[in-house]
Amino acid sequence: MTHHTHHEPQSFWTKYIFSQDHKVIAIQYTITALLVGLFGLVLSWLMRLQLGFPGSFQFLNPGSYYQMLTQHGMIMIVYLLTAILLGGFGNYLIPLMIGARDMAFPFLNMLSYWVYLLSVIVLMAAFFVPGGPTGAGWTLYPPLSALPNAAPGSGWGIKLMLISLVIFIAAATMGGLNYVTTVLQCRTKGMTLMRMPLSVWGIFIASVMALFAFPALFAGGVMLLFDNLLGTSFFIPAVTLFGQQLPREGGNPLLFQHLFWYFGHPEVYVVILPAMGIASDLISTHARKPIFGYKAMVLAMAAIAFIGFIVWAHHMFVSGMNPYFGFFFAVSTLIIAIPSAVKVYNWLLTLWRGNIRLNVPMLFGIGWISTFIIGGLTGLPLGNVVADVPLHDTYFVVGHFHLVMGVAALMAIFGGIYHWFPKVTGRMLNETLGKLHFWVTFVGAYAIFFPMFLMGILGVPRRYFDFNALQYLPPQTSALNIAITVAALTVGAVQLIFLGNLIWSALWGKRAEANPWGATTLEWQTPTTPPPHGNWGAQTPTVYRWAYDYSVPGAERDFIPQNVPTEPQVLVGAQSTVR
Amino acid sequence: MAISFILVLIVLGAIVLTASGIWWFTPLASNWNEIDGALLITLAVIGIAFVVLNIVLAYFVLRYRHREQSRAQFLPDNPKLEKILIGITALGIVILLAPGLFAYSRFISPPRDALTIEVVGEQWRWSYRYPGPDGKLGRANPKLISPKNLFGIDLTDPAAQDDILSYSELHLPVGRPVLLHIRSKDVIHSFFIPSFRVKMDAVPGMVTHYWFTPTVIGRFQAVCAELCGIGHHRMQSPVIVERLEDFQQWLAKQPTVATTVKP
Amino acid sequence: MTVHHSPNGHRDSVTPARVGVWLFLGVATMIFAALVSAYIVRMGSSDWHSLPKPGLLWVNTAILLLSSAALQWATIAERQGAHRSARLGFVAGAVLSALFLLGQLWAWAVLHKLGYFLNTNPSSSFFYLLTAVHGLHLLGGLIVAAWTVRSSERLQLFVTYWHFLTAVWVVLFGLIVLT
Repeated sequence: MTHHTHHEPQSFWTKYIFSQDHKVIAIQYTITALLVGLFGLVLSWLMRLQLGFPGSFQFLNPGSYYQMLTQHGMIMIVYLLTAILLGGFGNYLIPLMIGARDMAFPFLNMLSYWVYLLSVIVLMAAFFVPGGPTGAGWTLYPPLSALPNAAPGSGWGIKLMLISLVIFIAAATMGGLNYVTTVLQCRTKGMTLMRMPLSVWGIFIASVMALFAFPALFAGGVMLLFDNLLGTSFFIPAVTLFGQQLPREGGNPLLFQHLFWYFGHPEVYVVILPAMGIASDLISTHARKPIFGYKAMVLAMAAIAFIGFIVWAHHMFVSGMNPYFGFFFAVSTLIIAIPSAVKVYNWLLTLWRGNIRLNVPMLFGIGWISTFIIGGLTGLPLGNVVADVPLHDTYFVVGHFHLVMGVAALMAIFGGIYHWFPKVTGRMLNETLGKLHFWVTFVGAYAIFFPMFLMGILGVPRRYFDFNALQYLPPQTSALNIAITVAALTVGAVQLIFLGNLIWSALWGKRAEANPWGATTLEWQTPTTPPPHGNWGAQTPTVYRWAYDYSVPGAERDFIPQNVPTEPQVLVGAQSTVR
Repeated sequence: MAISFILVLIVLGAIVLTASGIWWFTPLASNWNEIDGALLITLAVIGIAFVVLNIVLAYFVLRYRHREQSRAQFLPDNPKLEKILIGITALGIVILLAPGLFAYSRFISPPRDALTIEVVGEQWRWSYRYPGPDGKLGRANPKLISPKNLFGIDLTDPAAQDDILSYSELHLPVGRPVLLHIRSKDVIHSFFIPSFRVKMDAVPGMVTHYWFTPTVIGRFQAVCAELCGIGHHRMQSPVIVERLEDFQQWLAKQPTVATTVKP
Repeated sequence: MTVHHSPNGHRDSVTPARVGVWLFLGVATMIFAALVSAYIVRMGSSDWHSLPKPGLLWVNTAILLLSSAALQWATIAERQGAHRSARLGFVAGAVLSALFLLGQLWAWAVLHKLGYFLNTNPSSSFFYLLTAVHGLHLLGGLIVAAWTVRSSERLQLFVTYWHFLTAVWVVLFGLIVLT
């Protein structure tokens, strides 16, 4: 029996605001992340308005455009995706799926949310200071990000960004310690590691990665802050800016890039691994079939995590680093394609001979597979070092990372929300609006991002305010940009419908039964829905089987929950179901 | 069912848009057909994978969708199948990586007789320096940059005196290998000539390198491929490839260090 | 001591708090590794000048080693049930650590007087940065300890953390003194 460390909360404040209950904290993280993500989405609309209809709007000048670009990237990757997958899904699902009453360190958990919220406030404050937020790109490369007036927001903007990141890292560390310790120490009786659902594995491995990757950003960020604020020269060599020699020398801009990408590359796997885990559970549950190759799926995630720490310099192939590094990082990067491919095959093989319910979570699961395929595959030319030379810093990269992080990961997140909403609220999300949300997002995403691969092959650089100076663009490019913008605004609009659906259904949605999808995992077996404080009532569950007993031959129903004891007799002709 | 149909449509749409050729490689104007080759092999492999996997997805969703009385089969794994698939994938990886690595090893080995040219990036323009008759580029030092010495030339170096300066255009003789020495005065830029498949960052505090041989006479464009401030999208420069005689004539008309750079 | 039963029912001395602290040591290792590797890279630049090393740093190092020793003595005494000796050792360790921190601040003052500020040159920048990050980890540990060390298990964890920071300091000190 696992221990739980606090008493039932009594007041409004301790129940809903300063709660130590992982479910409340998860909802707090999710709402905050979605709101900040909405802001990031609006920034993307403004950027697309500029690219589709250049010069149409006064306030869209190069300075503000580069600020929006920077903030959009940082917000989406760090403050939306990382926060919602680890802080939102991780917090909600881990204790429930492993049969624990709460996280290992509930007070630290609560603290982590408020520190995250503080980091968001500090980030947003940059929009209100003189000079505005930094416009040096989410990658914040010095000297551009550090030197006064080299880029927009080089005053308070960059300082607040770096301070916000440092605060976020503190929150992420607190969270990560919780998620990892809870998985290792608080599993209920019978819940061995290899009986955990893949959602938990994805979040668990991602949390380990986050713990070991964020410190590099912390170090680089603090040194960059010192270079900007205190006149040090960690990264600034001798430079002449606008005709003025600056009193700096000796610093190494590539040092920052190594530190940044040593964090940055694992960070994208921190985002994708939970999405992979969640997608696995969506697909298996709604195809009524065990996930194909569970053990391989776990090993593949572990392999991706491990190799993910030794690929970082594929972001630096043309940075001027020692060219011989290119060989190593190209090989390591392409090796990581293998476990990723194995996972794609296994998702497809899960659908094979399944009994596929095309409900909204499954549609998003299918959307995940398709967009992860193209997002992942387009990483290969970028990793193949010499092929990267023409593609680096072009729209090919923009297409690649948007499809894999901005679409595929979001497919898993949306699918997860539709899937677990009945558990969190006791109500169903509106299915018609859900299907509308899926169709527009899925088709729209391809319309927005596929053409970008072709633009990249042509040689259109990224982070451009407009393309007027490029002499090699075919005339149809402006029409293409308009089409992409229209698609982007449409996809953006449907997200508002989704948010509306969330709010409306939480209040007035159709009441859900305890286990509307017929799922096997423990979170669906709580005594009440939503689950009570302490999750399980008097007794935590005991687990007898793995998480994927769907359509077991000879069984009465097409699913057997994990806490149902196994039969003493062996079923003739069937494989053993106890794993 | 609609989802299968849409998946197929998406695949077809992708193929049509790509095959239209409207947005595709700019015609290659340098020796780097190996880069194009490596890239094309990679695109072919991933293109096939994209089509096949999405068609399989579309088919499975259609074939195995829930209908009255349907039941899934309990198939938790198949280690043999997994091994075969891993093998095929690994083979695919090797097929696209091997040519790439061979091309890369040539990429990082400039020929000895390459013409050395310095490229200097700054917010927001490119300038160039040629070694002059002595064939050697004089030393430069960022600390020496001043309004009268925009390249930061070290005038005590005798090799610098005959260096030829171009503040706006890069001219190149056709058919001769070129080794670029790339510098930046302020922030990181990236010197990108799409037609030659050239790209290398210009980093302050270091000199980076890139080599290529222009093979087509004509007018091309160099652009900046690393965010460098609000003029990033306007930072471009003409690149003119011409016959050797025309190139030398042009060179003779440009300012030299001796005549234009003062301490 | 909180007793934890692992899924197979055995009584375990690997508690969540222990796992959490060890994970945190992993995180802290990464940050110091990042800073140390940055130091080594930066050292390669032409503008690297060696820093004068105040003799005070040697004294501080000795004090920190002593504080670790005192804390180790405290845990041994605690395990043997000698609670008074344990408390004495714990207080001695905490006092010595505070002395170390004050000594570090004094070393900063010494360097200031010699004209070496944060932005004077890269080695001075790194000196202040490394000592600040290390010192903040120590200070943070002292504050959290004052708040949460209530049991012998917690004391043990705190001491583990302390030994880790002492080891980190020995590495940083070696780096500073030898370059």
